[in-house]
Amino acid sequence: MPPAALAVHLSIGQAYAWSVFKPPLEKALDLSGTASALPFQLGIVMLGLSAAFGGPLVERNGPRWAMFISMVCFSSGFLISALGVATRQYWLVVLGYGFVGGIGLGIGYISPVSTLMKWFPDRPGMATGIAIMGFGGGALIASPWSTQMLSSFGAGTGGIAETFLVHGLVYALFMSLGVFLVRVPRDGWLPEGWNPAAAATRALVTTANVSARNAIRTPQFWCLWVVLCFNVTAGIGILEKAAPMIQDFFAHTATPVSAGAAAGFVALLSLANMTGRIVWSSTSDLIGRKNMYRVYLGAGALLYLVIALAGDSHNFVFILCAIGILSFYGGGFATVPAYLKDLFGTYQVGAIHGRLLTAWSIAGVLGPLIVNAIADSQEAAGKTGPALYTTSLYIMIGLLVIGFVANELIRPVSDKYHEPVLTSAEPLATPQGGS
Amino acid sequence: MAHQSTRASRHTPLLILAWLWVGLPFAYGVYELILKLTQLFSG
Repeated sequence: MPPAALAVHLSIGQAYAWSVFKPPLEKALDLSGTASALPFQLGIVMLGLSAAFGGPLVERNGPRWAMFISMVCFSSGFLISALGVATRQYWLVVLGYGFVGGIGLGIGYISPVSTLMKWFPDRPGMATGIAIMGFGGGALIASPWSTQMLSSFGAGTGGIAETFLVHGLVYALFMSLGVFLVRVPRDGWLPEGWNPAAAATRALVTTANVSARNAIRTPQFWCLWVVLCFNVTAGIGILEKAAPMIQDFFAHTATPVSAGAAAGFVALLSLANMTGRIVWSSTSDLIGRKNMYRVYLGAGALLYLVIALAGDSHNFVFILCAIGILSFYGGGFATVPAYLKDLFGTYQVGAIHGRLLTAWSIAGVLGPLIVNAIADSQEAAGKTGPALYTTSLYIMIGLLVIGFVANELIRPVSDKYHEPVLTSAEPLATPQGGS
Repeated sequence: MAHQSTRASRHTPLLILAWLWVGLPFAYGVYELILKLTQLFSG
């Protein structure tokens, strides 16, 4: 099961490498920077929407269906984009990569989550950490691969179209392994020697089940929505502007950061983001989900404070803190499915996860907006160096503190939201309120 | 039990192939990442 999940997540994680296509598209089709970002932005919006609305379909039809749909949409997105570039119809690139491909992103992102937790009920954090680490790792593969292909085929319309075509075909082949391998465990399957009743004695861990429709009526869902939204906002604010940020920070010191070193810094953050997903998510199996989020949000706020107070005095302090923040950002994504499973059970956890991912869509806009808008206004006011970012850093600390409080408010879900307990002769198939 | 172990050994090549399928591209990505990382520490 883990290779099946990774085959899908390593593919759709390509989305984070869209920036590789921006300069050649801008040059070949005479586009602005804003226009060339459109396919990616629409893709992320569609990711959130299709995960939210497609979650119940994924639960109903199973992970193989979901992975197949994801494969078809994601690959078709590239093929439509290839046609769009070849015919110089940019709207086809937006429609293909952004809309059709974005549906593939959302369905693919949630496709292995609940199945992995059914296979590894004793270590759900580690299980989802592996898959969601793949999403972080997808750009590591796509970025150098796409760059290499563009330099081989050429960065004109013909070369970009051929690159998109090859991407569509190769990703279809690569993802087909997931479709072929994925298996759902038989009903009642448990790892040898593991007792769910003993695990349920931990705070917040339930053996009951809550439907997706009922889950969004609980305060726990919305507290977790705030937790995820602000944790992601804090991380994405740095991630999106990492290269110019480190250069601006140390521009007036004895050790300014070159463009090459800034690219290395971005790579280091990608590594922190990816390893945080598996390391912290696995740690949450040992210390509990609530404690893990206390670390993400509490320690994350402290790291932001250190960056704000240290300013441009020590570049290694800046780098170490940014590594910590990005590892918590990745960890927050990877731990949340297991947190949902603890609170709502495995019954419709994929659908509930899909609905929670709308927090990502909001954070994806909010984080870059805060950092960019404030940096632009400070620059216009004549400020330079760390002063461009100090206000943003304090806003991020505030958001993380709000997230910390929301996490503290999470209590076990009331019995009134639980699905009725059925006998073994009555499978939990058509839930009350399940959608 | 013997049946289970036969089934497991029959699946071993598929398991190795599956991990190689995802592991090799991932290793390529990590290798490229390390090349970029060296730029951070070399200036």
